[in-house]
Amino acid sequence: MRWWHPADVGRATREWFAGIGWAARLFWRLLTLAVPTLRRFRLVSEQLHFLGNYSLAIIAVSGLFVGFVLGLQGYYTLQRYGASSALGLLVALSLVRELGPVVSALLFAGRAGTSLTAEIGLMRAGEQITAMEMMAVDPVRRILAPRFWAGVIALPLLSAVFSAVGILGGWVVGVLLIGVDAGSFWSQMQGGVDVLLDVGNGVVKSIVFAFTVTFVALLQGYSAKPTPEGVSRATTRTVVVASLAVLGLDFLLTAMMFSI
Amino acid sequence: MDSPAPDSTTPAVAADTDNLVVLRDVSFGYGGRKVLDKVSLAVPRGKVTALMGASGGGKTTVLRLIGGQARAQSGAVLFDGHDVGAMTPAALFAARRRMGMLFQFGALFTDLDVFENVAFPLREHTDLSDALIRDIVLMKLDAVGLRGARTLGTSEISGGMARRVAMARAIALDPELVLYDEPFAGLDPISLGISARLIRQLNDAMGLTSIVVSHDVDETLHIADHAVVLANGGIALQGTPDEIRHSTDPLVYQFVHAQPDGPVRFHYPGATAEADFGPPTHGGSPS
Amino acid sequence: MEKSKSDVWVGIFVLLGAAALLFLALQSANLLRLSFQPTYKVTARFDNIGGLKSQSPVKSAGVVVGRVDAINFDDKSFQASVQLSLQDRFVFPKDSSLKILTSGLLGEQYIGIEAGADEKNLAAGDVITTTQSAVVLENLISQFLYNKAADGPSPAAGAKK
Repeated sequence: MRWWHPADVGRATREWFAGIGWAARLFWRLLTLAVPTLRRFRLVSEQLHFLGNYSLAIIAVSGLFVGFVLGLQGYYTLQRYGASSALGLLVALSLVRELGPVVSALLFAGRAGTSLTAEIGLMRAGEQITAMEMMAVDPVRRILAPRFWAGVIALPLLSAVFSAVGILGGWVVGVLLIGVDAGSFWSQMQGGVDVLLDVGNGVVKSIVFAFTVTFVALLQGYSAKPTPEGVSRATTRTVVVASLAVLGLDFLLTAMMFSI
Repeated sequence: MDSPAPDSTTPAVAADTDNLVVLRDVSFGYGGRKVLDKVSLAVPRGKVTALMGASGGGKTTVLRLIGGQARAQSGAVLFDGHDVGAMTPAALFAARRRMGMLFQFGALFTDLDVFENVAFPLREHTDLSDALIRDIVLMKLDAVGLRGARTLGTSEISGGMARRVAMARAIALDPELVLYDEPFAGLDPISLGISARLIRQLNDAMGLTSIVVSHDVDETLHIADHAVVLANGGIALQGTPDEIRHSTDPLVYQFVHAQPDGPVRFHYPGATAEADFGPPTHGGSPS
Repeated sequence: MEKSKSDVWVGIFVLLGAAALLFLALQSANLLRLSFQPTYKVTARFDNIGGLKSQSPVKSAGVVVGRVDAINFDDKSFQASVQLSLQDRFVFPKDSSLKILTSGLLGEQYIGIEAGADEKNLAAGDVITTTQSAVVLENLISQFLYNKAADGPSPAAGAKK
């Protein structure tokens, strides 16, 4: 593209806007296919297995380690102000409000997102999508929509698992290893964590992230060039775009939910 | 099983009982390059029509136009009297239900096994019971000789077998028209012979209309009833296989007899040999 | 899914919508420094501004009526020169006084403005001279100790004599 040529710049800008418009229409299409897709639940549950069950291991182990680290770091900082009994509260709030939704979304983008992108990109490269269109079967309905809704169901559940396992991890390090009082660990947590404000907002965040990450993965796969480099570039773009989107949205959502 | 009727607003050309597919003055191109320039051809019902020509000659484009994958920039592509390019999505959906397409390397769904691949159109478009679907799938697989391979995965079958499974899938809904995109590319002689025979047999046994796009002159002309040679955005010749074989048109002759140089040049256009290899020219002296 | 002729317009619409959403989110979180109120600027001199910062609020009777724009040091008079923006809809008499106060016990500091009695009002560019500086903790403590020492020995000790 010739940067100095106004016609080329104009065309490129128009194509960029057109790309965004097309992606927005695809998103809207996927949203409106909610009811028909969930009616064919067998397709969704298959995808739920691939996206959810197969990500469970990495989410749980990561959650455990994050919980360990929170327990350690939290203890070192809190005990300087004599507030180490608030460790449970610190670990729970950090996980439920921020780390649970965000880190799970990032891990999901890396594991499930890339596999979605690669699968759909390769289907396109192997002409499977075209074959389906020629058989008068809409690929958006048959291939994309079940994966979209499976991702939307899977990620909030995975975030919850992450937070829960993380809290347990914090308990293991704080109470079992370091010796913080078990009673105050749990009671301060119960007193300080508000179900609607903290847990509820965390769930809302993870739902927003689920829509974002799954859509980005499907979009990159569906619009990938049907060549090996096209698919590989698409999978990289999935991770980059989804991660940036998650972090950006996290800032926005936190500002709206926990505003000054 | 519901199939929306073709859109009644697109006027049907006087129902052509002779030709199932008609291209009338069709032009198609992209990026300034015209792939098809005012091409007119007719595909007779119940016969095997061969579409041949050099690479990039527009053969696959014709298939895409017929299937509604691409829209002609001018002219009309008629399927059973209705213009494919002007169809509503519902009408296109109904039209595609009456077509089957075989892609170059099969394009089987890799996450399904052989049986499920053939069953796919039945499961998607019909409400038939599992038992009935099983019987139909096994019959289609039997027609291509692969009934025993029904539980194999797509990675466990050879290229020739994959193509035959794709053929079974293409005829699963008993279409009227089957489009074959390079069905013989990369096959060993036995598989090639089997594929050619199957195309002919299925066409006659099921009363299909078949369009075969291929480079393989001998095999294709052997099974075709009618042949079209495309070149340079237009039709070089159309007629019976014998007419093609014995044509004296330079382009068709070069193609049929596999000659390296003729109307389709061997050398890619560029600088002359003298300019690249000859003695260096000093400014002013004629090259 | 096919490309459509209207995709460009949908794209522009989506971007505008996203920008609007971003604006709303930041505005609702009070993170934007945009204020659509017209303001007028006045200057004031303080001996000590304490913990006052740029964008600190200017309040009268507890209600925010403006913001601190800039804080500079005047090396002729060795005082801090503070520029304030007051909202146009609030007018104060020319002899209003400014005090630096703290919200809560250990909270952030703000400028409190107390209305005077002059008939004429503050205009843009005016300089306010009646100011009271911030309270500095060390000065307070040393003052307390000095007073304690000046009071002399305690009455109990005196009664014992």
